[in-house]
Amino acid sequence: MALTNLLPDFLIAPLDYLANMARKHSLWPMPFATACCGIELMATASSRYDVARFGSEAMRFSPRQCDVMIVAGRVAMKMVPVMQRIWLQMPEPKWCISMGACASSGGVFDTYAVVQGIDRFIPVDVYVPGCPPRPEQLIRSIIDLQEKIQRTGTIDAREFASRTAYEGPTALARELGAEEAIVAPGDYNTATRMRSLPLV
Amino acid sequence: MPYLDTLNANFAGAFTTSAFRDNARVLIDAERATKVLFPLLKCLKEECGFNFLTELGGIDYLGYEGATDRFCVVYGLTNLTTGDRLWVKAFANDPSPELPSAVELWRGADWMEREVYDMYGVRFTGHPDLRRILMPSEYTAYPLRKDYPLRGHGERHNFPTVTRADS
Amino acid sequence: MPVDTATPPDDIAGADQEFLYTLNFGPQHPATHTTLRLILTLDGETIVNAVPDIGYLHSGFEKLGEDLDFNQYVTVVDRMNYISPFGNECAWFTTVEKLLGIEITPRCKYIRVILAELARISDHLLCVGAAALDLGALTAFLYAFNAREKIYNVMESSSGQRFHPSYARVGGLMADISDDVVALIRDFVKTFPKVHSDIVRLLNRNRIFLDRTKGIGVLSKEDAISYSCSGPVARASGVVRDLRKDEPYLAYKELSGAFKIVCGKGGDCYNRYLVRMGEMLESWKIIHAAVENLPTGPVNVDLNDKLTIPDKNATYRSIEGLIQHFELFMWNRRWETPVEEVYGANETANGELGFYLVADGTGKAFRARTRPPSFIHFAVFPLMIEGHQISDVPAVLGSLNIIAAELDR
Repeated sequence: MALTNLLPDFLIAPLDYLANMARKHSLWPMPFATACCGIELMATASSRYDVARFGSEAMRFSPRQCDVMIVAGRVAMKMVPVMQRIWLQMPEPKWCISMGACASSGGVFDTYAVVQGIDRFIPVDVYVPGCPPRPEQLIRSIIDLQEKIQRTGTIDAREFASRTAYEGPTALARELGAEEAIVAPGDYNTATRMRSLPLV
Repeated sequence: MPYLDTLNANFAGAFTTSAFRDNARVLIDAERATKVLFPLLKCLKEECGFNFLTELGGIDYLGYEGATDRFCVVYGLTNLTTGDRLWVKAFANDPSPELPSAVELWRGADWMEREVYDMYGVRFTGHPDLRRILMPSEYTAYPLRKDYPLRGHGERHNFPTVTRADS
Repeated sequence: MPVDTATPPDDIAGADQEFLYTLNFGPQHPATHTTLRLILTLDGETIVNAVPDIGYLHSGFEKLGEDLDFNQYVTVVDRMNYISPFGNECAWFTTVEKLLGIEITPRCKYIRVILAELARISDHLLCVGAAALDLGALTAFLYAFNAREKIYNVMESSSGQRFHPSYARVGGLMADISDDVVALIRDFVKTFPKVHSDIVRLLNRNRIFLDRTKGIGVLSKEDAISYSCSGPVARASGVVRDLRKDEPYLAYKELSGAFKIVCGKGGDCYNRYLVRMGEMLESWKIIHAAVENLPTGPVNVDLNDKLTIPDKNATYRSIEGLIQHFELFMWNRRWETPVEEVYGANETANGELGFYLVADGTGKAFRARTRPPSFIHFAVFPLMIEGHQISDVPAVLGSLNIIAAELDR
């Protein structure tokens, strides 16, 4: 066989290395597409850009089958509990790509209803700038994520267990005055229960 | 304008008119709107041929030059036979802005009235299902009112965070 | 198989309803494409009642419109119906120019028509492709996206952004289009009929596609009028209304010989699909006629009118241009508008997209109300789906072309 001439008979490598190699080349995205970026996500998956070249063409709409959540588009207040719920439903090891300016920072929508960056509420691994990013940028982010997985991944995903602290930017909710006791839906466990703001 | 004759015959003194560019408008002030608006819309639909409700939106005139009433609901009507358009502006005031619902005339008014209620707090009496449509039902403010800030009061960040160890 | 919607089974209303169950559909679901949620009450697989729950993408567009000036708001308007952004820009500037009383130049009118029709084609392509994808026909989607990439190229080489061009400005355009863009448009005109006929041949006689769209989601003409429908949804039900013919704006009066209004009779998903396919060909004819008769001359109205942003050459090399640039960008200067309000509308791919603009004289909108066709069409959804199977939900959603950003704004 020609193959036996190319490959060695045996391979010595850490198991982490092998697991990372397997994982990074078969990232299954969960397209959490809310707005404009979702169309570019579709363009990335279709003929011209063809994300299948990087092993990420198997878009699964069920979070339980996915490795990487691509949040494409702005996330409105009403959507945050849904997003957190979907994130929690994904099995580990899992990663998150924040695609576009809106998901990363709110973008042009600095308004009452739009969350100013999803990293305030879920962990994010790669940010993709652009409004919306070009498909090439999204592909680059997948390559970057592959590098990150190869560099930091472990076979039993123990690198996540140590990250117990909140890694996002400073939470803004505490900056409110005490007189402004507001209610908004806030609990991802129930998705609709009211949560009053902790008064300072 | 044929519709003006009909309106004058039925609702003399209850409305005023104005026009700008190609927009002809019929205005009903806050005192009369609760009583006059529904019969007037019905008359326009059934007798003057304005059978298509193009648009229904709210405006908050707080701080607007020359405004006397605070809230306004704009009804854009179209006559599908002749292509004429007419704008009916009905006003409402604090503390409990209220207008009659147009759902009986046009079922398309259903969601548009819910949106006006959601954004401005204008209640439509006779609406079959008046509840918030865009904002979460627990939301307490009316975001498009002029006294509500663009960035809100911080509701957008009132959520728990999920860390890596949580998930 | 379609279920007779006219006569609901009478045992449901009165009898014990314990056999009904509720299914939550969305907000994150592959068939919704964007974020909308349906609460379906089911009897087996038959939908007894559907309650849409929207607002999952509400981002305060209209509040932003009160904060940004006329030229700045175009970036936000772009993001409303994000699969045909240039159509939204045209509608917004139609309104603003009506308020300011600007008559734009013939060349600008033609360029706007060409790009708006390209946007319409790209909208219909995505709608048809995604609807076919939801019904299991992936190939049409890939063909459609390939053609959309060509339209993206036109947008990118004219404005610099392939997705959200933000190309129009008050009184004209950001820049004139170059000969390269004209060549790209000509190329698109040449190749588009092939794509169109490919999709037609893939879908029009496809047994599965026909079975899943014919007689599904029927909307009668009376209901279409009562629910304020416009655009392809209304025209598929037999409402003959197209603002391009009824209230001609831009250059549609001169081009009205080049196209016809496409209408259907049945009002079902298949008719809406056919209307969209027909409209694409009509748009193609408009583009063909417009690009061959493209007038020469400036794209912006006269600089002395103090309405348009001067180009870089005028800004850097003449004092008048510099002053005008300064005036239009200063926080407290900008345009002098009448203290009035005006409604302007365009026929975009989804229907009548209108803006009700209240101006207070500051160059910003006091209120920028949008008439969103998607919002109005989605209100009809419960009526359309009642009595159908749960597998018909993607077919009806796909044929309505609900764009969540326009739905929720």
